[in-house]
Amino acid sequence: MKEIVVISGKGGTGKTSITASFGVLGAGNTVIADCDVDASDLHMLMNPQNTREEDFTSGAVAVIDQDACVHCGRCSRVCRFDAIPYIDDRYEVIPLDCEGCGYCAKICPALAIKMVDQVVGRVFYSDAKTGAPMVHARLHIGAENSGKLVAKVKREAKAVAMEKGYDYVLVDGSPGIGCPVVSSLTGADVVVLVTEPTVSGLHDLKRVHQLVRRFQIPTACIINKADLNSEMTQELKTYLEANDILHLFDIPYDEDFTKCMVEGKTVVEIPGSRYHEIFEQGWRLLI
Amino acid sequence: MNIAIASGKGGTGKTTLSTNLAHYLAGTGRQVVLTDLDVEEPNSKLFLTGEVVETRREVRMVPTWNKEACQLCGACQTTCNFHAIVKIGTEIMIFPEMCHGCYACSELCRAHALPMEAVEIGTMTVMKTENFDFIESRLDIGQEQAVPLISKSIALVDSRYDTEVIRLFDSPPGTACPVIEVSKQMDFIILVTEPTPFGLHDLKLAVETMRHVGTPFAVVINRDGIGNADVEDYCREEHIDILARIPNDRKIAEVYSSGGLAYIGHERMTQALELVSEHIRGLEVRA
Ligand code: SF4
Ligand code: SF4
Repeated sequence: MKEIVVISGKGGTGKTSITASFGVLGAGNTVIADCDVDASDLHMLMNPQNTREEDFTSGAVAVIDQDACVHCGRCSRVCRFDAIPYIDDRYEVIPLDCEGCGYCAKICPALAIKMVDQVVGRVFYSDAKTGAPMVHARLHIGAENSGKLVAKVKREAKAVAMEKGYDYVLVDGSPGIGCPVVSSLTGADVVVLVTEPTVSGLHDLKRVHQLVRRFQIPTACIINKADLNSEMTQELKTYLEANDILHLFDIPYDEDFTKCMVEGKTVVEIPGSRYHEIFEQGWRLLI
Repeated sequence: MNIAIASGKGGTGKTTLSTNLAHYLAGTGRQVVLTDLDVEEPNSKLFLTGEVVETRREVRMVPTWNKEACQLCGACQTTCNFHAIVKIGTEIMIFPEMCHGCYACSELCRAHALPMEAVEIGTMTVMKTENFDFIESRLDIGQEQAVPLISKSIALVDSRYDTEVIRLFDSPPGTACPVIEVSKQMDFIILVTEPTPFGLHDLKLAVETMRHVGTPFAVVINRDGIGNADVEDYCREEHIDILARIPNDRKIAEVYSSGGLAYIGHERMTQALELVSEHIRGLEVRA
Protein backbone atom coordinates (compact mmCIF):
# COMPACT_ATOMS: atom_id res chain seq x y z
CA MET A 1 0.00 0.00 0.00
CA LYS A 2 1.22 3.44 -0.90
CA GLU A 3 0.45 6.63 0.96
CA ILE A 4 0.31 9.88 -1.02
CA VAL A 5 0.16 13.07 1.04
CA VAL A 6 -0.80 16.45 -0.41
CA ILE A 7 0.33 19.49 1.58
CA SER A 8 0.82 23.16 0.85
CA GLY A 9 2.42 25.09 3.70
CA LYS A 10 0.42 28.14 2.73
CA GLY A 11 -3.37 27.94 2.75
CA GLY A 12 -5.61 28.80 -0.16
CA THR A 13 -3.40 27.35 -2.88
CA GLY A 14 -6.06 24.91 -4.06
CA LYS A 15 -4.71 21.91 -2.18
CA THR A 16 -8.11 20.49 -1.37
CA SER A 17 -9.56 20.92 -4.87
CA ILE A 18 -6.48 19.19 -6.27
CA THR A 19 -6.62 16.36 -3.75
CA ALA A 20 -10.29 15.84 -4.53
CA SER A 21 -9.54 15.66 -8.26
CA PHE A 22 -6.97 12.92 -7.64
CA GLY A 23 -9.46 11.24 -5.35
CA VAL A 24 -12.04 11.12 -8.13
CA LEU A 25 -9.53 9.74 -10.63
CA GLY A 26 -8.21 7.17 -8.17
CA ALA A 27 -11.64 5.91 -7.11
CA GLY A 28 -11.69 2.14 -7.13
CA ASN A 29 -8.36 1.56 -5.46
CA THR A 30 -7.82 4.63 -3.25
CA VAL A 31 -8.92 5.41 0.29
CA ILE A 32 -9.28 9.11 1.00
CA ALA A 33 -8.16 10.66 4.28
CA ASP A 34 -8.73 14.30 5.20
CA CYS A 35 -6.05 15.28 7.69
CA ASP A 36 -6.73 18.99 7.50
CA VAL A 37 -8.63 18.48 10.74
CA ASP A 38 -8.59 22.16 11.66
CA ALA A 39 -10.51 23.23 8.56
CA SER A 40 -11.59 20.08 6.78
CA ASP A 41 -13.17 20.98 3.46
CA LEU A 42 -12.62 17.88 1.37
CA HIS A 43 -15.99 16.39 2.28
CA MET A 44 -17.70 19.24 0.44
CA LEU A 45 -16.28 17.94 -2.82
CA MET A 46 -16.48 14.21 -2.02
CA ASN A 47 -20.01 14.20 -0.57
CA PRO A 48 -19.50 11.29 1.83
CA GLN A 49 -22.47 9.03 2.62
CA ASN A 50 -23.35 6.24 5.06
CA THR A 51 -21.34 7.87 7.74
CA ARG A 52 -20.39 6.18 10.96
CA GLU A 53 -18.82 8.53 13.51
CA GLU A 54 -17.13 8.42 16.86
CA ASP A 55 -15.69 10.76 19.47
CA PHE A 56 -11.99 11.37 19.70
CA THR A 57 -10.72 11.73 23.25
CA SER A 58 -7.37 13.18 24.13
CA GLY A 59 -5.80 15.38 26.74
CA ALA A 60 -7.41 16.37 29.99
CA VAL A 61 -8.55 19.40 31.89
CA ALA A 62 -8.37 20.07 35.63
CA VAL A 63 -11.60 20.21 37.64
CA ILE A 64 -11.63 21.38 41.27
CA ASP A 65 -14.08 19.92 43.74
CA GLN A 66 -14.98 23.11 45.57
CA ASP A 67 -16.32 21.24 48.61
CA ALA A 68 -13.01 19.48 49.14
CA CYS A 69 -10.80 22.52 48.47
CA VAL A 70 -9.07 23.95 51.56
CA HIS A 71 -8.01 27.19 49.83
CA CYS A 72 -4.30 26.71 50.26
CA GLY A 73 -3.66 28.15 46.79
CA ARG A 74 -0.87 25.76 45.91
CA CYS A 75 -2.43 24.77 42.59
CA SER A 76 -2.61 28.37 41.55
CA ARG A 77 1.06 28.92 42.40
CA VAL A 78 2.42 25.89 40.54
CA CYS A 79 0.36 26.42 37.41
CA ARG A 80 2.70 27.77 34.73
CA PHE A 81 -0.25 28.64 32.51
CA ASP A 82 -2.04 30.93 34.98
CA ALA A 83 -5.09 28.76 34.56
CA ILE A 84 -6.19 28.74 38.23
CA PRO A 85 -6.92 32.30 39.41
CA TYR A 86 -8.57 33.17 42.70
CA ILE A 87 -11.94 34.67 41.83
CA ASP A 88 -14.82 35.42 44.18
CA ASP A 89 -13.23 33.55 47.09
CA ARG A 90 -12.57 30.39 45.11
CA TYR A 91 -9.84 28.79 43.09
CA GLU A 92 -11.30 28.27 39.66
CA VAL A 93 -9.84 26.51 36.61
CA ILE A 94 -10.15 28.41 33.34
CA PRO A 95 -10.55 25.52 30.88
CA LEU A 96 -9.30 27.59 27.93
CA ASP A 97 -6.00 28.20 29.71
CA CYS A 98 -5.54 24.73 31.18
CA GLU A 99 -2.87 22.72 29.34
CA GLY A 100 -3.82 19.47 31.01
CA CYS A 101 -0.41 18.87 32.58
CA GLY A 102 -1.95 17.68 35.85
CA TYR A 103 0.67 19.33 38.08
CA CYS A 104 -2.06 20.87 40.27
CA ALA A 105 -3.82 17.53 40.72
CA LYS A 106 -0.56 15.92 41.83
CA ILE A 107 0.24 18.44 44.54
CA CYS A 108 -3.20 19.34 45.89
CA PRO A 109 -3.01 18.35 49.59
CA ALA A 110 -6.80 17.98 49.76
CA LEU A 111 -6.92 15.76 46.64
CA ALA A 112 -9.55 18.16 45.37
CA ILE A 113 -8.46 18.21 41.73
CA LYS A 114 -9.37 15.62 39.15
CA MET A 115 -8.08 15.50 35.58
CA VAL A 116 -11.03 14.85 33.31
CA ASP A 117 -10.61 13.47 29.79
CA GLN A 118 -11.73 15.76 27.02
CA VAL A 119 -13.59 14.90 23.86
CA VAL A 120 -11.58 17.02 21.43
CA GLY A 121 -12.93 15.91 18.11
CA ARG A 122 -14.99 13.54 16.04
CA VAL A 123 -13.92 11.00 13.43
CA PHE A 124 -16.13 10.11 10.46
CA TYR A 125 -15.99 6.93 8.36
CA SER A 126 -17.92 7.01 5.12
CA ASP A 127 -18.12 6.31 1.40
CA ALA A 128 -17.32 9.20 -0.90
CA LYS A 129 -19.59 9.94 -3.84
CA THR A 130 -17.23 7.89 -6.00
CA GLY A 131 -17.75 4.88 -3.78
CA ALA A 132 -14.24 5.19 -2.35
CA PRO A 133 -13.93 4.81 1.40
CA MET A 134 -13.17 8.07 3.20
CA VAL A 135 -12.04 8.96 6.69
CA HIS A 136 -12.23 12.52 7.93
CA ALA A 137 -12.35 14.30 11.24
CA ARG A 138 -13.30 17.46 12.94
CA LEU A 139 -11.32 18.99 15.76
CA HIS A 140 -13.49 20.78 18.28
CA ILE A 141 -12.95 24.47 18.80
CA GLY A 142 -9.81 25.34 20.66
CA ALA A 143 -8.82 21.75 21.08
CA GLU A 144 -5.23 20.69 21.32
CA ASN A 145 -3.58 17.63 19.95
CA SER A 146 -4.60 18.06 16.36
CA GLY A 147 -1.40 16.12 15.62
CA LYS A 148 -2.87 13.14 17.42
CA LEU A 149 -6.14 13.42 15.55
CA VAL A 150 -4.24 13.56 12.25
CA ALA A 151 -2.35 10.42 13.24
CA LYS A 152 -5.65 8.76 14.11
CA VAL A 153 -7.26 9.62 10.75
CA LYS A 154 -4.25 8.25 8.88
CA ARG A 155 -4.16 5.09 10.96
CA GLU A 156 -7.86 4.46 10.36
CA ALA A 157 -7.58 5.14 6.61
CA LYS A 158 -4.72 2.66 6.36
CA ALA A 159 -6.70 0.08 8.29
CA VAL A 160 -9.61 0.50 5.86
CA ALA A 161 -7.25 0.16 2.89
CA MET A 162 -5.74 -2.99 4.39
CA GLU A 163 -9.08 -4.52 5.13
CA LYS A 164 -10.62 -3.80 1.75
CA GLY A 165 -7.48 -4.49 -0.27
CA TYR A 166 -7.05 -0.94 -1.63
CA ASP A 167 -3.68 0.04 -3.07
CA TYR A 168 -3.48 3.71 -2.15
CA VAL A 169 -4.24 6.11 0.65
CA LEU A 170 -4.62 9.71 -0.51
CA VAL A 171 -4.15 12.24 2.27
CA ASP A 172 -5.25 15.87 2.28
CA GLY A 173 -2.58 17.11 4.68
CA SER A 174 -2.51 19.89 7.24
CA PRO A 175 -1.14 23.39 6.70
CA GLY A 176 1.83 24.97 8.45
CA ILE A 177 5.00 23.38 9.79
CA GLY A 178 3.80 22.43 13.28
CA CYS A 179 2.67 19.20 14.88
CA PRO A 180 -0.28 18.43 12.57
CA VAL A 181 1.83 18.56 9.42
CA VAL A 182 4.56 16.50 11.04
CA SER A 183 1.89 13.87 11.76
CA SER A 184 0.61 14.19 8.19
CA LEU A 185 4.07 13.45 6.79
CA THR A 186 4.93 10.58 9.08
CA GLY A 187 4.70 7.35 7.12
CA ALA A 188 4.08 8.99 3.74
CA ASP A 189 5.52 7.37 0.58
CA VAL A 190 5.10 10.37 -1.72
CA VAL A 191 4.53 14.03 -0.89
CA VAL A 192 2.84 16.46 -3.25
CA LEU A 193 3.41 20.14 -2.55
CA VAL A 194 0.83 22.54 -3.92
CA THR A 195 2.02 26.09 -4.34
CA GLU A 196 1.29 29.31 -6.20
CA PRO A 197 3.62 31.83 -7.89
CA THR A 198 3.43 34.52 -5.23
CA VAL A 199 6.12 35.76 -2.86
CA SER A 200 4.32 34.06 -0.02
CA GLY A 201 3.79 30.88 -2.05
CA LEU A 202 7.52 30.57 -2.67
CA HIS A 203 8.39 31.50 0.91
CA ASP A 204 6.05 28.90 2.40
CA LEU A 205 7.10 26.26 -0.10
CA LYS A 206 10.71 26.64 0.97
CA ARG A 207 9.78 26.51 4.61
CA VAL A 208 7.60 23.44 4.38
CA HIS A 209 10.13 21.75 2.11
CA GLN A 210 12.82 22.16 4.76
CA LEU A 211 10.58 20.09 6.95
CA VAL A 212 9.70 17.56 4.23
CA ARG A 213 13.40 17.06 3.48
CA ARG A 214 13.91 15.64 6.95
CA PHE A 215 11.56 12.80 6.10
CA GLN A 216 13.47 11.93 2.90
CA ILE A 217 10.31 11.15 0.97
CA PRO A 218 10.09 11.51 -2.85
CA THR A 219 8.48 14.89 -3.46
CA ALA A 220 6.48 16.37 -6.32
CA CYS A 221 5.03 19.82 -6.81
CA ILE A 222 2.04 21.35 -8.56
CA ILE A 223 2.08 25.07 -9.35
CA ASN A 224 -1.43 26.47 -9.25
CA LYS A 225 -2.36 29.81 -10.88
CA ALA A 226 0.93 29.46 -12.77
CA ASP A 227 0.15 32.27 -15.23
CA LEU A 228 -0.52 34.81 -12.47
CA ASN A 229 3.12 35.83 -12.31
CA SER A 230 5.48 34.23 -14.81
CA GLU A 231 8.61 35.51 -13.06
CA MET A 232 7.60 33.92 -9.78
CA THR A 233 6.65 30.73 -11.59
CA GLN A 234 10.14 30.64 -13.05
CA GLU A 235 11.62 31.13 -9.61
CA LEU A 236 9.52 28.29 -8.27
CA LYS A 237 10.69 26.02 -11.07
CA THR A 238 14.32 26.87 -10.41
CA TYR A 239 13.82 25.99 -6.78
CA LEU A 240 12.14 22.69 -7.66
CA GLU A 241 14.97 21.72 -9.99
CA ALA A 242 17.67 22.65 -7.50
CA ASN A 243 16.00 20.56 -4.85
CA ASP A 244 15.14 17.44 -6.82
CA ILE A 245 11.43 18.01 -6.60
CA LEU A 246 9.46 16.58 -9.50
CA HIS A 247 7.48 19.34 -11.20
CA LEU A 248 4.24 17.46 -11.78
CA PHE A 249 2.24 20.05 -13.73
CA ASP A 250 0.96 23.62 -13.82
CA ILE A 251 -2.61 24.85 -13.46
CA PRO A 252 -3.55 28.29 -14.81
CA TYR A 253 -5.37 30.99 -12.83
CA ASP A 254 -8.89 29.79 -13.52
CA GLU A 255 -12.09 30.72 -11.74
CA ASP A 256 -13.63 27.48 -12.99
CA PHE A 257 -12.17 25.84 -9.89
CA THR A 258 -14.32 28.08 -7.71
CA LYS A 259 -17.35 27.53 -9.94
CA CYS A 260 -16.93 23.78 -9.59
CA MET A 261 -16.53 24.16 -5.84
CA VAL A 262 -19.85 26.00 -5.65
CA GLU A 263 -21.43 22.96 -7.31
CA GLY A 264 -19.62 20.56 -4.99
CA LYS A 265 -17.62 19.14 -7.87
CA THR A 266 -14.03 18.72 -8.95
CA VAL A 267 -12.80 20.02 -12.30
CA VAL A 268 -12.10 16.51 -13.59
CA GLU A 269 -15.79 15.70 -13.37
CA ILE A 270 -16.73 18.34 -15.93
CA PRO A 271 -17.29 16.57 -19.25
CA GLY A 272 -14.64 17.48 -21.77
CA SER A 273 -12.54 19.35 -19.21
CA ARG A 274 -8.96 19.99 -20.25
CA TYR A 275 -7.89 19.19 -16.71
CA HIS A 276 -8.91 15.56 -16.96
CA GLU A 277 -5.88 14.62 -19.02
CA ILE A 278 -3.47 16.71 -16.93
CA PHE A 279 -4.58 15.23 -13.62
CA GLU A 280 -4.75 11.72 -15.05
CA GLN A 281 -1.12 11.93 -16.17
CA GLY A 282 -0.08 13.46 -12.87
CA TRP A 283 -1.83 10.77 -10.89
CA ARG A 284 -0.13 8.05 -12.92
CA LEU A 285 3.24 9.57 -12.12
CA LEU A 286 2.43 9.62 -8.42
CA ILE A 287 1.23 6.06 -7.98
CA MET B 1 -6.57 48.56 21.01
CA ASN B 2 -5.66 44.99 20.01
CA ILE B 3 -7.21 43.90 16.71
CA ALA B 4 -6.52 40.54 15.09
CA ILE B 5 -7.11 39.66 11.47
CA ALA B 6 -8.03 35.99 11.41
CA SER B 7 -9.68 33.34 9.27
CA GLY B 8 -10.94 29.78 9.60
CA LYS B 9 -8.31 28.64 7.14
CA GLY B 10 -5.28 30.13 5.47
CA GLY B 11 -5.14 31.74 2.06
CA THR B 12 -8.32 33.79 2.34
CA GLY B 13 -6.56 37.16 2.34
CA LYS B 14 -5.54 37.57 5.96
CA THR B 15 -2.07 38.83 5.13
CA THR B 16 -3.36 41.03 2.30
CA LEU B 17 -5.78 42.75 4.66
CA SER B 18 -3.27 43.03 7.52
CA THR B 19 -0.50 44.64 5.51
CA ASN B 20 -2.71 46.90 3.41
CA LEU B 21 -4.76 48.00 6.42
CA ALA B 22 -1.65 48.78 8.49
CA HIS B 23 -0.21 50.86 5.67
CA TYR B 24 -3.52 52.59 5.05
CA LEU B 25 -4.14 53.44 8.72
CA ALA B 26 -0.61 54.76 9.12
CA GLY B 27 -1.23 56.89 6.03
CA THR B 28 -4.15 58.54 7.80
CA GLY B 29 -1.79 59.67 10.54
CA ARG B 30 -2.43 56.93 13.03
CA GLN B 31 0.27 55.22 15.04
CA VAL B 32 0.21 51.57 14.04
CA VAL B 33 2.10 48.42 14.92
CA LEU B 34 1.47 45.24 12.94
CA THR B 35 2.57 41.92 14.40
CA ASP B 36 2.68 38.75 12.32
CA LEU B 37 1.61 35.94 14.64
CA ASP B 38 1.20 33.39 11.88
CA VAL B 39 4.42 31.99 13.31
CA GLU B 40 4.41 28.80 11.27
CA GLU B 41 4.16 30.65 7.97
CA PRO B 42 4.90 34.34 8.56
CA ASN B 43 4.31 36.19 5.30
CA SER B 44 3.61 39.82 6.12
CA LYS B 45 7.26 40.81 5.95
CA LEU B 46 7.35 39.90 2.28
CA PHE B 47 5.09 42.86 1.63
CA LEU B 48 6.99 45.38 3.70
CA THR B 49 10.36 47.03 3.52
CA GLY B 50 12.08 48.78 6.35
CA GLU B 51 14.91 48.82 8.75
CA VAL B 52 15.35 46.11 11.34
CA VAL B 53 15.76 47.76 14.73
CA GLU B 54 15.90 44.69 16.90
CA THR B 55 15.99 40.91 16.66
CA ARG B 56 15.73 38.55 19.52
CA ARG B 57 15.78 34.81 19.85
CA GLU B 58 12.97 33.46 21.95
CA VAL B 59 13.19 30.48 24.24
CA ARG B 60 10.99 28.17 26.18
CA MET B 61 11.87 26.00 29.15
CA VAL B 62 12.24 22.22 29.01
CA PRO B 63 13.82 19.78 31.46
CA THR B 64 17.31 18.37 31.02
CA TRP B 65 18.60 15.26 32.69
CA ASN B 66 21.37 15.38 35.24
CA LYS B 67 22.63 11.81 35.15
CA GLU B 68 24.83 12.10 38.24
CA ALA B 69 22.02 13.35 40.47
CA CYS B 70 19.37 10.97 39.13
CA GLN B 71 18.32 8.06 41.34
CA LEU B 72 16.39 6.39 38.54
CA CYS B 73 13.15 6.27 40.51
CA GLY B 74 11.19 6.84 37.30
CA ALA B 75 8.73 9.23 38.95
CA CYS B 76 9.17 11.79 36.18
CA GLN B 77 7.86 9.33 33.62
CA THR B 78 4.58 8.97 35.48
CA THR B 79 4.47 12.68 36.31
CA CYS B 80 4.55 13.85 32.72
CA ASN B 81 1.06 13.81 31.18
CA PHE B 82 2.50 14.34 27.72
CA HIS B 83 4.82 11.32 27.55
CA ALA B 84 7.76 13.65 27.10
CA ILE B 85 9.92 11.70 29.54
CA VAL B 86 10.64 8.01 29.28
CA LYS B 87 12.83 5.82 31.44
CA ILE B 88 14.60 3.22 29.36
CA GLY B 89 16.82 0.95 31.45
CA THR B 90 19.23 3.23 33.24
CA GLU B 91 18.61 6.20 30.96
CA ILE B 92 16.05 8.98 31.19
CA MET B 93 15.08 10.20 27.74
CA ILE B 94 13.46 13.59 27.22
CA PHE B 95 11.49 14.51 24.09
CA PRO B 96 11.51 18.32 24.10
CA GLU B 97 9.02 18.61 21.21
CA MET B 98 6.39 16.91 23.34
CA CYS B 99 7.10 18.92 26.49
CA HIS B 100 4.62 21.62 27.43
CA GLY B 101 6.93 23.26 29.97
CA CYS B 102 4.73 22.71 33.01
CA TYR B 103 7.74 22.22 35.36
CA ALA B 104 6.03 19.31 37.14
CA CYS B 105 8.76 16.75 36.50
CA SER B 106 11.47 19.21 37.43
CA GLU B 107 9.95 20.55 40.63
CA LEU B 108 8.65 17.19 41.81
CA CYS B 109 11.92 15.32 41.20
CA ARG B 110 13.28 14.48 44.64
CA ALA B 111 16.83 14.21 43.41
CA HIS B 112 16.64 17.59 41.62
CA ALA B 113 17.91 15.79 38.56
CA LEU B 114 15.73 17.57 35.99
CA PRO B 115 16.69 21.24 35.93
CA MET B 116 14.73 23.33 33.42
CA GLU B 117 16.76 24.84 30.66
CA ALA B 118 16.00 27.23 27.87
CA VAL B 119 15.72 25.96 24.29
CA GLU B 120 15.40 28.30 21.37
CA ILE B 121 12.09 28.20 19.52
CA GLY B 122 12.03 31.15 17.18
CA THR B 123 12.95 34.70 16.32
CA MET B 124 11.18 37.99 16.82
CA THR B 125 12.18 40.82 14.55
CA VAL B 126 11.15 44.43 15.11
CA MET B 127 11.15 46.59 12.00
CA LYS B 128 10.42 50.22 11.24
CA THR B 129 8.70 50.43 7.87
CA GLU B 130 8.02 53.65 6.03
CA ASN B 131 5.14 54.62 8.30
CA PHE B 132 4.46 51.97 10.92
CA ASP B 133 6.21 49.45 13.14
CA PHE B 134 6.23 45.81 12.23
CA ILE B 135 7.05 42.78 14.37
CA GLU B 136 7.57 39.37 12.91
CA SER B 137 7.42 36.26 15.00
CA ARG B 138 8.89 33.21 13.30
CA LEU B 139 8.92 29.65 14.59
CA ASP B 140 12.07 27.60 13.95
CA ILE B 141 11.61 24.65 11.60
CA GLY B 142 11.32 21.54 13.71
CA GLN B 143 9.56 23.34 16.55
CA GLU B 144 6.06 21.98 16.75
CA GLN B 145 4.42 24.26 19.29
CA ALA B 146 3.38 27.72 18.21
CA VAL B 147 1.68 28.88 21.40
CA PRO B 148 4.72 29.74 23.56
CA LEU B 149 6.13 31.99 20.84
CA ILE B 150 2.76 33.64 20.22
CA SER B 151 2.26 34.56 23.86
CA LYS B 152 5.78 36.00 24.07
CA SER B 153 5.15 38.11 20.99
CA ILE B 154 1.93 39.59 22.34
CA ALA B 155 3.72 40.33 25.61
CA LEU B 156 6.43 42.15 23.67
CA VAL B 157 3.85 44.35 21.95
CA ASP B 158 2.20 45.05 25.29
CA SER B 159 5.48 46.19 26.80
CA ARG B 160 6.58 48.35 23.87
CA TYR B 161 3.44 50.17 22.75
CA ASP B 162 0.85 52.05 24.72
CA THR B 163 -2.84 51.52 24.22
CA GLU B 164 -3.46 54.48 21.91
CA VAL B 165 -1.43 52.77 19.22
CA ILE B 166 -3.52 50.63 16.90
CA ARG B 167 -2.06 47.18 17.37
CA LEU B 168 -2.90 44.89 14.49
CA PHE B 169 -2.13 41.18 14.63
CA ASP B 170 -1.99 38.82 11.66
CA SER B 171 -3.42 35.77 13.43
CA PRO B 172 -2.57 32.14 12.68
CA PRO B 173 -5.36 30.41 10.72
CA GLY B 174 -7.62 27.66 11.99
CA THR B 175 -9.53 27.03 15.19
CA ALA B 176 -6.96 25.23 17.33
CA CYS B 177 -4.82 26.34 20.25
CA PRO B 178 -2.70 28.99 18.43
CA VAL B 179 -5.82 30.94 17.39
CA ILE B 180 -7.33 30.70 20.84
CA GLU B 181 -4.10 32.02 22.34
CA VAL B 182 -4.32 35.09 20.10
CA SER B 183 -8.07 35.64 20.35
CA LYS B 184 -8.08 35.62 24.15
CA GLN B 185 -5.98 38.76 24.19
CA MET B 186 -7.77 40.80 21.53
CA ASP B 187 -10.34 43.57 21.81
CA PHE B 188 -11.70 42.86 18.38
CA ILE B 189 -11.30 40.32 15.59
CA ILE B 190 -11.75 40.77 11.87
CA LEU B 191 -12.56 37.48 10.17
CA VAL B 192 -11.59 37.36 6.52
CA THR B 193 -13.45 34.96 4.27
CA GLU B 194 -14.23 34.22 0.64
CA PRO B 195 -17.81 33.90 -0.60
CA THR B 196 -17.41 30.23 -1.56
CA PRO B 197 -18.55 26.95 0.01
CA PHE B 198 -15.09 26.40 1.55
CA GLY B 199 -15.07 30.00 2.72
CA LEU B 200 -18.46 29.66 4.36
CA HIS B 201 -17.61 26.37 6.01
CA ASP B 202 -14.39 27.76 7.47
CA LEU B 203 -16.07 31.02 8.46
CA LYS B 204 -18.63 29.10 10.49
CA LEU B 205 -15.81 27.39 12.37
CA ALA B 206 -14.09 30.72 12.96
CA VAL B 207 -17.33 32.27 14.22
CA GLU B 208 -17.81 29.34 16.58
CA THR B 209 -14.26 29.85 17.82
CA MET B 210 -14.76 33.57 18.47
CA ARG B 211 -18.04 32.94 20.25
CA HIS B 212 -16.31 30.32 22.36
CA VAL B 213 -13.58 32.75 23.39
CA GLY B 214 -16.04 35.63 23.67
CA THR B 215 -14.12 38.23 21.68
CA PRO B 216 -16.28 40.55 19.54
CA PHE B 217 -15.79 40.14 15.80
CA ALA B 218 -17.00 41.10 12.33
CA VAL B 219 -16.39 39.89 8.80
CA VAL B 220 -14.56 41.21 5.75
CA ILE B 221 -15.37 39.43 2.50
CA ASN B 222 -12.41 38.98 0.18
CA ARG B 223 -12.74 38.23 -3.53
CA ASP B 224 -16.29 39.57 -3.42
CA GLY B 225 -18.18 38.54 -6.54
CA ILE B 226 -16.71 35.07 -6.95
CA GLY B 227 -18.71 32.09 -5.69
CA ASN B 228 -22.22 32.65 -4.34
CA ALA B 229 -24.28 34.63 -1.82
CA ASP B 230 -24.28 32.04 0.97
CA VAL B 231 -21.74 33.91 3.11
CA GLU B 232 -23.83 37.08 2.94
CA ASP B 233 -26.98 35.13 3.86
CA TYR B 234 -25.25 33.41 6.72
CA CYS B 235 -23.95 36.69 8.16
CA ARG B 236 -27.40 38.23 7.93
CA GLU B 237 -29.04 35.30 9.71
CA GLU B 238 -26.38 35.30 12.41
CA HIS B 239 -26.41 39.09 12.82
CA ILE B 240 -22.74 39.36 12.00
CA ASP B 241 -21.54 42.69 10.63
CA ILE B 242 -19.85 42.67 7.26
CA LEU B 243 -17.41 45.55 7.51
CA ALA B 244 -16.26 45.64 3.92
CA ARG B 245 -15.97 43.75 0.66
CA ILE B 246 -12.70 43.50 -1.25
CA PRO B 247 -13.53 42.87 -4.90
CA ASN B 248 -12.49 39.76 -6.80
CA ASP B 249 -9.96 41.20 -9.17
CA ARG B 250 -7.11 39.42 -10.86
CA LYS B 251 -5.11 42.66 -10.59
CA ILE B 252 -5.14 42.46 -6.79
CA ALA B 253 -3.90 38.87 -7.05
CA GLU B 254 -1.12 39.98 -9.40
CA VAL B 255 0.10 42.79 -7.17
CA TYR B 256 -0.03 40.40 -4.23
CA SER B 257 1.95 37.80 -6.15
CA SER B 258 4.94 40.08 -6.47
CA GLY B 259 4.75 41.37 -2.90
CA GLY B 260 3.07 44.73 -3.46
CA LEU B 261 0.38 46.53 -1.48
CA ALA B 262 -2.65 46.15 -3.71
CA TYR B 263 -4.80 48.98 -2.33
CA ILE B 264 -2.46 51.67 -3.61
CA GLY B 265 -4.10 53.06 -6.72
CA HIS B 266 -7.02 50.64 -6.41
CA GLU B 267 -10.13 52.64 -5.69
CA ARG B 268 -12.51 49.92 -4.57
CA MET B 269 -9.97 48.29 -2.34
CA THR B 270 -9.13 51.65 -0.75
CA GLN B 271 -12.82 52.18 -0.09
CA ALA B 272 -12.96 48.80 1.64
CA LEU B 273 -10.06 49.79 3.91
CA GLU B 274 -11.76 53.09 4.64
CA LEU B 275 -14.82 51.22 5.88
CA VAL B 276 -12.71 48.99 8.11
CA SER B 277 -10.85 51.98 9.48
CA GLU B 278 -14.12 53.77 10.23
CA HIS B 279 -15.26 50.78 12.18
CA ILE B 280 -12.03 50.77 14.18
CA ARG B 281 -12.55 54.43 15.00
CA GLY B 282 -16.04 53.61 16.25
CA LEU B 283 -14.63 50.87 18.48
CA GLU B 284 -12.10 53.29 19.92
CA VAL B 285 -14.76 55.88 20.70
CA ARG B 286 -16.84 53.30 22.50
CA ALA B 287 -13.87 51.90 24.43
S1 SF4 C 1 -4.25 22.95 45.81
FE1 SF4 C 1 -6.20 21.91 46.20
S2 SF4 C 1 -6.82 22.66 48.20
FE2 SF4 C 1 -5.23 24.05 47.53
S3 SF4 C 1 -6.38 25.70 46.52
FE3 SF4 C 1 -5.87 24.25 44.91
S4 SF4 C 1 -7.64 22.87 44.80
FE4 SF4 C 1 -7.81 23.99 46.73
S1 SF4 D 1 7.96 20.07 32.13
FE1 SF4 D 1 5.91 19.09 32.22
S2 SF4 D 1 5.49 18.62 30.09
FE2 SF4 D 1 7.68 19.04 30.19
S3 SF4 D 1 8.61 17.02 30.47
FE3 SF4 D 1 8.29 17.89 32.52
S4 SF4 D 1 6.28 17.07 33.16
FE4 SF4 D 1 6.42 16.77 30.93
